[in-house]
Amino acid sequence: MANIPSDLKYADSHEWVRIVNDIATVGITDHAQHELTEVVFVELPEVKQPVAAQESCAVVESVKTASEIYSPVSGEIIAVNKELDGDPGLVNTDPYGKGWIFQVKLTPGGHEGDDLLDPDEYEALIAGH
Amino acid sequence: MLKRTPLFEWHQKSGGKLVEFGGWEMPVQYTSITDEHLVVRKHAGLFDICHMGEVLVTGPGAAEFLNQTLTNDIRKLAPGLGQYTLMCNERGGVIDDLYAYCLAAEEYLLIINASRIAEDVAWLEARLGLFAGKAGVVLKNISEETGAVALQGPRAAAIAAECFPGSASGGTAVERVTDLKKNQVARYTYAGQPIWVARTGYTGEDGFEVVAPASLIVEIWTRIMAAGHPHCLQPAGLGARDTLRTEVCYPLYGHELDEQTTPIEAGVGFFVALDKGEFVGRAPLAAQKAAGPARKCVAFKMTERSAPPRPHYAIWSVGTEAAAIGEVVSGTQSPSLNTGIGMGYVPAASAKAGTPIAIEIRGKMAPAVIVAKPIFKKAV
Repeated sequence: MANIPSDLKYADSHEWVRIVNDIATVGITDHAQHELTEVVFVELPEVKQPVAAQESCAVVESVKTASEIYSPVSGEIIAVNKELDGDPGLVNTDPYGKGWIFQVKLTPGGHEGDDLLDPDEYEALIAGH
Repeated sequence: MLKRTPLFEWHQKSGGKLVEFGGWEMPVQYTSITDEHLVVRKHAGLFDICHMGEVLVTGPGAAEFLNQTLTNDIRKLAPGLGQYTLMCNERGGVIDDLYAYCLAAEEYLLIINASRIAEDVAWLEARLGLFAGKAGVVLKNISEETGAVALQGPRAAAIAAECFPGSASGGTAVERVTDLKKNQVARYTYAGQPIWVARTGYTGEDGFEVVAPASLIVEIWTRIMAAGHPHCLQPAGLGARDTLRTEVCYPLYGHELDEQTTPIEAGVGFFVALDKGEFVGRAPLAAQKAAGPARKCVAFKMTERSAPPRPHYAIWSVGTEAAAIGEVVSGTQSPSLNTGIGMGYVPAASAKAGTPIAIEIRGKMAPAVIVAKPIFKKAV
């Protein structure tokens, strides 16, 4: 059973978002990391790069496949998780913690994630799997 | 509807992650591709290969028919011996790569790729129709009623000895199954039925492939798993099968090989016996070998940390006149080397080991180097 923390928001493309004030931290869900299998490389976005909601801005690579990661919100990338360069497996072992991928400073009036899924909605989404 | 092997329920029950492969629903992994890969290199792994096809070719004309249809010299096969061989079209393009075993006089077993069963059987039937001695050859596609499993790794012999005790009842007349040498095959009697045990595999490790009636497969699998327990045996999926074969540069049909590619280009010309007499594709293959192929399948390793290379990524030359020179056909993260590795086709002039190249990964150039095959060789 996938772990779905109750204090986060979710995108239907399997990213999670933690929004504190105007900073959104993004990673992939426990369900997603399980489906992807062991992550061997994460291609991170550039800091200061502007992103639009649903824009592809990172790539998570497992032994078998490359999967694009979409920003659930719009704004500017202000931090990326450099620790993933040395230890991409953190995405598997701690997807909601040390496995975070990037942080976005939200654009006021932009896409701030209001339409993202609540934990129970996300749970319903993945129940079919 | 995807086809399922007799082991489908076992895979499901054992946490196998099932995916589509060549029209079959197969386990890509149970725990993790990397773990299963490393277990096969260190201890032993067991693979369900029931999806592969089997064709029996029998009769007084069988050897001559196969020698005119396949590239390797089948006359080298005494009963109990197998060989890697290829089946080519008139242009020398590969229809399939396969293993041919001589089970007994006038009796041959072909193990063919799952994705190519229909094409291979149609081609074999068409060629048989043109064969002068066709009255003396019987072709039988036994893929449906036949299954196979592959036991691979340094502990495979100890496990096989326990599962298949005693002496062979046919094929190579060994007293113990572990007396089989590479490419030898022996018949054993299992639950009253004949099965075939060959010292072959697709991982670069020592190992055995067991071909048996589909009805016996679950029992054989369960017995091997039980005997393997003290030897750290684990079930291994198609993901590990692919990373293992890529490290040792064994071709996979649809990647290194297809109908537009010759065995000479693919680097498996050793298995084309140009001196054995006429066979399908001989003339273009002889001409290509004499002139040298324009392109070659090379192995490469990434030289800096990068995303793993993948099939269809462009291969570039490096330097002031850098240009796209070829394409990746197999690529993955090597669990043994912990770096990106792959194979691809480049012009023969750029195919030398040591040549620096770059792999285009999402628009960026990642440095790599052409290396000698196999990419991974175990320290002895």
